[in-house]
Amino acid sequence: MLLEWLDTVLQGVLLGGLYAMFAMGLALIWGVMRLVNLAHGDFILLGAYAALVLAESTGLHPLAAAPLVIAVLALGGYWLQRGVLNATLGKGLLPPLLVTFGLSIVIQNLLLEGFSADSKALRAETLTTASLRLGESIAVGWFPLGVFVAALVLVLALQLLFSRTALGREMRAASDDPETVQLMGVDQRHTYALAMALALALMALAGVLLGMRTSFSPTDGPAYLLFAFEAVVIGGLGSFWGTFAGGILLGVAQTVGFRIDPGWGLLFGHLVFLAVLLIRPQGLFPRTR
Amino acid sequence: MSAPVVVRATRASRFGAGLAAAALAAGATLPWWSDSGTMRLAIEFFSFLVMAQMWNLLAGYGGLVSIGHQAFLGLGGYLLFALANHGGVNPFLCVPLAGLAAALVAWPAAKLLFRLQGGYFAIGTWALAEVFRLLLANVSMLGGGSGQSLMAMAAIPRATREPFAYWMALSAAVAAVAAVYLLLRSRHGLALTAIRDSEVASASQGVDVAFTKLWVYIVSAAGFGVVGAIYYMNILRISPNAAFDVSWTAYVIFIVVIGGIGTIEGPIVGTLLFFALRETLATFGTWYLIALGAIAVVVMLYAPQGLWGWVAARFDLHLFPTRRWLRR
Repeated sequence: MLLEWLDTVLQGVLLGGLYAMFAMGLALIWGVMRLVNLAHGDFILLGAYAALVLAESTGLHPLAAAPLVIAVLALGGYWLQRGVLNATLGKGLLPPLLVTFGLSIVIQNLLLEGFSADSKALRAETLTTASLRLGESIAVGWFPLGVFVAALVLVLALQLLFSRTALGREMRAASDDPETVQLMGVDQRHTYALAMALALALMALAGVLLGMRTSFSPTDGPAYLLFAFEAVVIGGLGSFWGTFAGGILLGVAQTVGFRIDPGWGLLFGHLVFLAVLLIRPQGLFPRTR
Repeated sequence: MSAPVVVRATRASRFGAGLAAAALAAGATLPWWSDSGTMRLAIEFFSFLVMAQMWNLLAGYGGLVSIGHQAFLGLGGYLLFALANHGGVNPFLCVPLAGLAAALVAWPAAKLLFRLQGGYFAIGTWALAEVFRLLLANVSMLGGGSGQSLMAMAAIPRATREPFAYWMALSAAVAAVAAVYLLLRSRHGLALTAIRDSEVASASQGVDVAFTKLWVYIVSAAGFGVVGAIYYMNILRISPNAAFDVSWTAYVIFIVVIGGIGTIEGPIVGTLLFFALRETLATFGTWYLIALGAIAVVVMLYAPQGLWGWVAARFDLHLFPTRRWLRR
């Protein structure tokens, strides 16, 4: 019995790795340009569908298709920021929210038009079914484990990018004071666009991994936006490690909820989010200044 | 030199009042000269008009962007089903009760959600709506995930049911427009617009920012609750996925943005336009929704003041003026 619960928690932690990956892009965009992207979940799906198209038309393994999908979405993200979203910044709260909300509706319905409402999945053969036995009743799938490790590595990489590199410094500076940074010879429109490209690359990867893990349909986007957002808030704004921890906690809450009653899985996740908001509104691991 | 006087009405606004009165007279008699299909469409129209006014009050004047107000719509609807189907309460009496219940739920919800800033507040409201949806999907008495029908309405003959539902919808719409208009003309409205323009500056002038935001959130929630009861009295069937669908708020946002956010005329114009588009283009299904989303994006980018904002700026036309003009 205890082992079964341990197994449930372990699966939750691994699911949390995927949620952490969902959340990183959202945290990055918020951190750099104080932009809340309501189309976040739809971009993740865009990654999954792009991999689907590529894999089905060329016969490539989804993971082999991933680099191209990531590159295309990153490029799209750069131009989305330069061509559209930059124009919405600095004019108050409404414009970025409403523009990304509109984009979300457009993407969702374009996906519906192109792929129908049927759920799809990325075929990854044995990669997603092989597992590692840890004992009598506990087994860990190699694929969820890989996703978890990848999320860990990405958090580390983001952390290093922001603390150690010139680009990271530029992004932090543009976030702190978009006016002054221009006096230092930084074109903040370009910096923002790079941040969006990076965020979309993360979302594309998350989308491909999501599609290999489970089936997806065009209207799933909002759910992923909510998961990402809850992970960010649970972890505490402004900290990538916090976001990672938030994703894990959300994953565990959902898996434990599902274990108790299949109707409660998602509800448990939301309730943990509300509980954190009630008890510790700054999140579990906020950035200390 | 005479002292300047504060003017609060214009010729256009007196015309606006006359127009509103005429429309109201025509609207009130509709059940006698129209068929039930028109009445149902009108109920839907007024439902959206109320929601648009409430959302505009919240976001356009209060600066609180909620994308989770379907939470209160769904709660209002479910309250109707719970009380009328299982409590034997008269369905029409449930309408004000739904507003009251939504307001009661909105109060602690606001306390919780106001801890989130700006855009994160928006997603937080959505998460709350999801919580309500999932909770109600687990209540088997109310039909669980598949929902239930409004049996209580079967006892009331159709000839009574439809006109009464219609009059309730019309009254709700009139009340919503009048409430927003009077509120904004009062000193509370002044405080509200001051907060929208600058929270810090208005606080320094003695505006109670937290309290003002709280009441505007509660009022708008109550409006959505009332609509929930009226709308589902018309539809006669409710399910968690439909009642707590984010597209409710998406449509309302479309209406307000296209019509002109931060004006009272805007949501009215927007609702008219929304229904005109829907009745002519809805057969295109997903392409219709793609067009709605795209129009909202383009308007927000290139004409953020919306249709009525453009009219008001171009012709200095204000049918429901909330400003104070200084004239000599």
